[in-house]
Amino acid sequence: MTELTLAKALGSGLRRALSDDDKVVLLGEDIGTLGGVFRVTDGLQRDFGKDRVIDTPLAEAGIIGMAVGLAFRGYRPVCEIQFDGFIYPGFDQIVAQVAKLHYRTGGNVRMPLTIRVPYGGGIGAVEHHSESPEAYFAHTAGLRVVTCSTPQDAHSMLREAIASDDPVLFFEPKRRYWTKGEVDEDATGLPMGKARVVTEGTDVTLVTYGPLVATALDAAVAAADDGISIEVIDLRSLSPVDFDTVSASVQKTGRLVITHEASESGGLGAEIAATLTDRCFYYLEAAPVRITGFDVPYPAAKLEDHFLPDLDRILDGVDRALGRVNSLTGWSA
Amino acid sequence: MNTQIVADRELAAASLATMWKIRRFEEAVEDLYGRGLMHGTMHLSIGQEAVPTGACLALNKDDYITSTHRGHGHCIAKGADMERMMAELLAKETGYCRGRGGSMHIADTETGNLGANGIVAGGIPIATGAALSAKMRGTKQVAVSFHGDGAMGEGAWHEGVVLAAMWQLPVVFLCENNLYGMSMSSEKAFNLDQLSDRAKGYGIPGVTVDGNDVQAVYDATKEAVDRARAGGGPTFIEAKTYRWRGHSKSDKNLYRTRDEIDEWRGKDPIPHFEALALAAGGLTQADIDAVRDNVRTELRSAVQRANAAPDATADDLLSAVYAR
Repeated sequence: MTELTLAKALGSGLRRALSDDDKVVLLGEDIGTLGGVFRVTDGLQRDFGKDRVIDTPLAEAGIIGMAVGLAFRGYRPVCEIQFDGFIYPGFDQIVAQVAKLHYRTGGNVRMPLTIRVPYGGGIGAVEHHSESPEAYFAHTAGLRVVTCSTPQDAHSMLREAIASDDPVLFFEPKRRYWTKGEVDEDATGLPMGKARVVTEGTDVTLVTYGPLVATALDAAVAAADDGISIEVIDLRSLSPVDFDTVSASVQKTGRLVITHEASESGGLGAEIAATLTDRCFYYLEAAPVRITGFDVPYPAAKLEDHFLPDLDRILDGVDRALGRVNSLTGWSA
Repeated sequence: MNTQIVADRELAAASLATMWKIRRFEEAVEDLYGRGLMHGTMHLSIGQEAVPTGACLALNKDDYITSTHRGHGHCIAKGADMERMMAELLAKETGYCRGRGGSMHIADTETGNLGANGIVAGGIPIATGAALSAKMRGTKQVAVSFHGDGAMGEGAWHEGVVLAAMWQLPVVFLCENNLYGMSMSSEKAFNLDQLSDRAKGYGIPGVTVDGNDVQAVYDATKEAVDRARAGGGPTFIEAKTYRWRGHSKSDKNLYRTRDEIDEWRGKDPIPHFEALALAAGGLTQADIDAVRDNVRTELRSAVQRANAAPDATADDLLSAVYAR
């Protein structure tokens, strides 16, 4: 076990993947000489060479399209998209080619490529550097969409994603890059598709992922002071979602709160609320509650704290789910 | 000096057979569609057969191509089997994609065909990636990215060419300029005398050739492929040709005149090639008749066998999303 930041844990995952399989190649803007904007790929080009850790020009459609060509020929390319908002020029390649090639060729062609995307806000950047575009990709069949919240998961899930024969959108919570944790590089198990019960509870199920897992845990601790027992679930996989784990929890607690940074409308929270209402209708004591970013473009740095779900907003959501007096409105739900 | 195709009996017969296969295959597709026996839509390249025929003659079996929505000719010229192609279009389990892909998505990695593509310019960066894989593995393989004139307005075209030029990758960007991107004439769309004038801006060689002349397309592709194999990087080729049929089944041809279409039908690449082969002595009239008749027989049998194959089922419609 080694204590690593989440960013370093991703880097060590990439390093292991490059060592274990010579078909793994990294492509991206500034990932080689510079080691990436967030230094995730620091030292990899030095150790594995310019042919395996490839600095590209600014060309997201080109990077992802080239990765498709490499995947066709048996490589396992790992593309880094520098910031969430920079993925849109490559969107066409992802949804029209990457997601569909396996299906449209009747399974003859596999697309074992991984697209790493630092995402989310909270670092004082602005739109294009703070967005949470995961729902666009979760809506697209054929992609696996995952996100991590701890250094151990970052390391293990990234290696699992690279080894997967399916294309994986790997969303990295950029404001948690500097979170430290113990990492066992030899850990076995395949965490990517399985939601994690972070802390057990009996009153409310709080579903989240990525950057807000830490905030949800804070909410669980704060609520415990009030005698409320929250079960926090880290989804890990956003497509497909491990609904079995969430259902089991909601059948126990009868109450569901979902929180994510992305805007509310058409977001993951809507999908989870709809599916859980369907699956657990007779267990639910209250309507599912969503605590999300607002339906506005990502705001300026100075205003982002108003946009991002924080401890207070999540606790208010928990109160609503429990039918308690809501501290924002003073009204009972 | 390259081989003179029309004077070489074997090459001339093979080239003529390829053009006839493309022509007959697409005529059969048009007929099956018209009679309601084939579903979806398709884009026919009738009139453009000389481009894939000449280009693929310069390629080895393990070289790569990416193709377009108008891709039957590229598939056939690169060596795809007509029966499996027809089965794909008829949505049969024996098709190249088990009937899941259809006309616009035939991929045959056995013959280096990395896929037709419904997204215009979608194949440009994919071919560039395949070329990068060849360079990384130290093979002498080359990738040819067939595309139309319409692709040259797309961002993916630009990005793919920039990357290929930067790393001097073994890829040939072959623009089949059939003069129209659906209804938009390439003359209006691009403020260029020749589309190959654009190559200079990317720092790569560019050439424009007669796309209805197998020899001209072959010569240009051969030069580009030889340069790519020798480490000389990418080349852009514009092959000027003409699409006789509409863009797709919905096209009412409102953007061009009957006279224009007739003028280009007069430049039909097949009789043009036959006349040259006769004159050069590569083929006799009997050879020419035999090629045409053999292709007709082969195509008929391909259609019959494809049609008799089991239909694609919906049984794994949900389970086939991810690799197993």
